[in-house]
Amino acid sequence: MGLPDSTQDLSSEMDVDAFRRIFPLRFFERHLSESLRPDARPLGKARDTIVNLGLVSTADGSALAKIGSTTMLAAIRMEVMTPSTDSPDEGCIAIEFHMPPICSPTVRPGRPAEAAPVISKRLSDTILSSGMIDLKELCLVSGKAAWMSYLDIYCLDADGSLFDAALLSAVAAFSNLKIPVVALNDNGRIVAINGEGEEESNASKKEAVNKEKRKLTLKNVPSSLTCILHKSYILADPTAEEESIMDTLVTVVLDSSDQMVSFYKSGGNVLAYSSAIKSCVELAKKRGKELKQILGEMDID
Amino acid sequence: MEIDREDGRKPNQLRPLACSRNILNRPHGSASWSQGDTKVLAAVYGPKAGIKKNENPEKACFEVIWKPKSGQIGKAEKEYEMILKRTIQSICVLTVNPNTTTSVIIQVVHDDGSLLPCAVNAACAALVDAGIPMKHLAVAICCCLADNGSIVLDPSKLEEKKMTALAYLVFPNTTLSVLPEGSSLVEGEPVEDGIITSVTYGVMSVDDYFLCVENGRAATASLSAFFRKNFQQSQKVSFKA
Repeated sequence: MGLPDSTQDLSSEMDVDAFRRIFPLRFFERHLSESLRPDARPLGKARDTIVNLGLVSTADGSALAKIGSTTMLAAIRMEVMTPSTDSPDEGCIAIEFHMPPICSPTVRPGRPAEAAPVISKRLSDTILSSGMIDLKELCLVSGKAAWMSYLDIYCLDADGSLFDAALLSAVAAFSNLKIPVVALNDNGRIVAINGEGEEESNASKKEAVNKEKRKLTLKNVPSSLTCILHKSYILADPTAEEESIMDTLVTVVLDSSDQMVSFYKSGGNVLAYSSAIKSCVELAKKRGKELKQILGEMDID
Repeated sequence: MEIDREDGRKPNQLRPLACSRNILNRPHGSASWSQGDTKVLAAVYGPKAGIKKNENPEKACFEVIWKPKSGQIGKAEKEYEMILKRTIQSICVLTVNPNTTTSVIIQVVHDDGSLLPCAVNAACAALVDAGIPMKHLAVAICCCLADNGSIVLDPSKLEEKKMTALAYLVFPNTTLSVLPEGSSLVEGEPVEDGIITSVTYGVMSVDDYFLCVENGRAATASLSAFFRKNFQQSQKVSFKA
């Protein structure tokens, strides 16, 4: 990469990679004016999305979601707890989002990433308020025992649109969830029937509490799409590079009946006008259908 | 279709506003902002030399520290910090003081609903008091969607709990223009109609969201007027002194 002559036009003479590094915004705007992005996507198209179910054998439900190279691993562990007195027939969901140093060069070991608790909070707000899971289904014995489900999402590769990928992996993990069979023992305590040791000998006597309730019914499945607003362009599903250069991010979460679960925009140089909001919602609707299809294919096999 | 609110307000009526600036001695700028019983104290220190890690040294950097009324800072507060930081970054001129950090400290005095909008307004007043260069003010409002589909503005804590959905919206302040055609238009809409920040909780239809935005936008006019009046008043006082 030789330095170009100062007398010549930089953009025509300079190596493309060097131009990309030195003038990132101009590099992107040059692409956008051709309605194309550097990774050959049209503006409104999301990256290829893959979902794999049941990868973690020790968890009760797990999924790996990939949007482009953004990778999320979600795993659910179920534990029996005593429900709170305010809601004796409801279970509980605790969601934690982790960003280990492996996911991005900006995350340093020992210091938790700034974005992690924020995404964690947004995920639990979205999942709980969307009504995807009826917490009453997590009840075992009213007032005595209910399921506490710990959902942990690990970001393995942070290449933009983290929230979208995390939500997708969470939804997939819940669809993969198999609730363990438990029974009430003589002391009135809940024990797992897992065919181990003395439990097995007693298992015949005891009736499983939740024989038929092994799967959760997911309704109003939320799907989200993050868009970048830059000038009058709207870029769907940005990569980490795009996010760092153009800073106005909008995340739209819609449920399966196209109701709005969340419209999240925090700051940014570009203001969102009604027309832009409408286009973002339209893109999110389209994306919702795509994701439904991807998740639908999973259920068949 | 008038619904009764606990405190006898109309659906789109705000609680009484109060704002006083320059109330703390040490910070470069400070303000207290209250909407009804919700009260927030904001202090601004800076611009101080140097920036935090991973920030662009060619731009001014902001940090927001959120102090709850009691107890430890949790995930919700972290989220508020992040939202507030990004909102402030979008309204301030970042190129004037490059390679500096400005700290904004938010102390919640009492939370009775609409906490985040209240904090945004307080931070804005404190930034003005500190003389941080800004493009425009940010005016924040909380809109709620009630069970019967009506929109309620500036809810108290009790009302917030009963609502099906709520939206925190931040708009630029409405401008007082001497030009006959008013403020400049972007894509056929006035500049002040653009949303700086939007955070929603709960499920609502897309149309309801736009209804919230419309109602919130209307209310920001009175908030902007309050800001303007408040700043003009304190301007006079400082001239006398």
